[in-house]
Amino acid sequence: MRRLTLILIPYFWLLALFLVPFAIVFKISLSDVELAIPPYTPTLDLSEGWAGFKSFLAGLDFENFTFLTTDDLYWKSYLSSLRIAIISTVLTLFVAYPIAYGMAKAPKHWQPTLLMLVILPFWTSFLIRVYSWMGILSTEGYLNQLLLGLGVISEPLAIMNTNTAVYIGIVYTYLPFMILPIYSALERLDESLLEAAEDLGCSRISAFWLVTIPLSKTGIIAGCFLVFIPVMGEFVIPSLLGGSQTLMIGKVLFEEFFSNRDWPVASAVAVILLLILIVPIILFQRNEQKQREADG
Amino acid sequence: MPEKTFAPWDDPNEIPLIQFKNVTKRFGSFVAIDDQSFDIYAQEFFALLGPSGCGKTTMMRMLAGFENPTEGTILLGGEDIAPIPPNKREVNMMFQSYALFPHLTVWENIAFGLKRDGMAKPQIDARVDEMLSLTRLEQFARRKPHQISGGQRQRVALARSLAKAPKLLLLDEPLGALDAKLRQDTQFELMDIQEKTGTTFVIVTHDQEEAMTVASRVAVMDHGKIIQADTPDRIYERPGSVYVADFIGEVTIIEGRATKSEGGYELEFAENQPRIFAASDLNLPQNQVAYIAIRPEKVAISSDKPANIRNAVQGKILDIAYLGNLSTYHVELPTGQIIKAQTANTSRLANRPFTWEDGVWLSWTDTAGVLLER
Repeated sequence: MRRLTLILIPYFWLLALFLVPFAIVFKISLSDVELAIPPYTPTLDLSEGWAGFKSFLAGLDFENFTFLTTDDLYWKSYLSSLRIAIISTVLTLFVAYPIAYGMAKAPKHWQPTLLMLVILPFWTSFLIRVYSWMGILSTEGYLNQLLLGLGVISEPLAIMNTNTAVYIGIVYTYLPFMILPIYSALERLDESLLEAAEDLGCSRISAFWLVTIPLSKTGIIAGCFLVFIPVMGEFVIPSLLGGSQTLMIGKVLFEEFFSNRDWPVASAVAVILLLILIVPIILFQRNEQKQREADG
Repeated sequence: MPEKTFAPWDDPNEIPLIQFKNVTKRFGSFVAIDDQSFDIYAQEFFALLGPSGCGKTTMMRMLAGFENPTEGTILLGGEDIAPIPPNKREVNMMFQSYALFPHLTVWENIAFGLKRDGMAKPQIDARVDEMLSLTRLEQFARRKPHQISGGQRQRVALARSLAKAPKLLLLDEPLGALDAKLRQDTQFELMDIQEKTGTTFVIVTHDQEEAMTVASRVAVMDHGKIIQADTPDRIYERPGSVYVADFIGEVTIIEGRATKSEGGYELEFAENQPRIFAASDLNLPQNQVAYIAIRPEKVAISSDKPANIRNAVQGKILDIAYLGNLSTYHVELPTGQIIKAQTANTSRLANRPFTWEDGVWLSWTDTAGVLLER
């Protein structure tokens, strides 16, 4: 009985906080836009009974999904989001791996402190941290002032409102999500494996490629998904740091909802985004399971 | 075995494979190895034996190249190995944890070192197959390390370290993770493989029985020094110090003052006790404090005073350790000194002649005890 309760609680959670909202969003995506509250039609009116339900069903259609294919803004945004997500995941990996490696190699008594430092940024609001990047990257920002002051550049760099700023923002924000799983994989790595590799004729570098990298693979994969999945739908960073040419589906979604007040189209965009992300999410969970099997 | 027994250490013309020359290793202010010089000969099975922290692992890691001596030199085949990194040394190591690569199969683990040497594919295949059959692992070639048993992992580790046919193979507590029965079988397997391949083995262990079984010579270490390096029988029968006598096997140490006597020394160890005698070539000053070490199996136990024997003492049985094949009696003398005596249980336990609290005589021959200065 207790076991059943333990199993039911997370499933109830999933049902209440994921499946029900998803069903609502899906329903809205099948509706039509209307100037009303809520801004779509039809709405389910149970007072009319069975006939009401039937007319409600008749009002639903896939019009909005068809609409998404007619305007190239949408598929361009999906593609652009995908591209930005992939590039920034790779960038984050390259920044995070050396940090995680250094942490894992650091003396044992330092490691809790280093771990703390990685998590420390979460203590400040995400929005404030992104805003402070605006202060750093803008034309009169700290970075340009510093570089101009040092004489490295003569004209201020135009980083703000470009994709570069978006990448910087994403790498900065999502770094801990990449560092932590890689660190946890590297930290478990048995030092004698590297000595064995060296003993058998590997140089330090080839031991790294042949032993360290393969054995931290699950951490790398986990980190990549933890970055890729949320970045795909990222809205705050591209709208604050990116320019008008930065096309991301999260931004489109926001505009459809709040600027156009076209909830049905926005919902359709969200549903498609979720479908795109289901594949990486399943891959991510398979990776986690493999990891557990290897540990178990 | 050839007609000549294998004893290159007794032959002054033999050139050692490994020479430690005044090697000292310090970690900060801690002296791990204290000015040691010794030789290891080709095809030897050399055991470094000692309690944990005695420096035996440091010795091995210096041979592998993971540590370099602070002072002194180590020669391998006459060449100083200090500047040669571990991956360029013709030395391979079998790690205590085995250090098998978990992401590679048994076959790939064994082939790992060969691939690094850029050996051609067909040769690698042949060599790996040879190693698999040597260690009887043929049917496990495609498994990953976590899919095989501890004993099989141990053999994979051995096969992997032997695959490159090193001049010297280092084994760090190779059998430590195996249970007692498997450990015994594996000891003989190790000796077999060592003989077949003709490789020089250096084994590090804290298990004296293991060292005695497998090694051609055993070096007993303590606090960064080799106390004695000798063949197992000489280490056991002719220990050079109380430490070695006490470390290897069971022993009774009796302390007393030595008096020169015909062919040896008499030791006065307590008042109202007869002096005991041990044959010895040592030259000690009169009344010098000395020790006699007596192995329990060399002490006879009887209910009456044995005739015509110089070393005989009377006592009371305090404890009996029944080991199945043997029984060890702890006999307490009136002075409180405890002497161990061991007898083979050739008859059934019910017929045991002595029991607790029995008064008995212990006796041993003139050559049974070993006189030690320290």
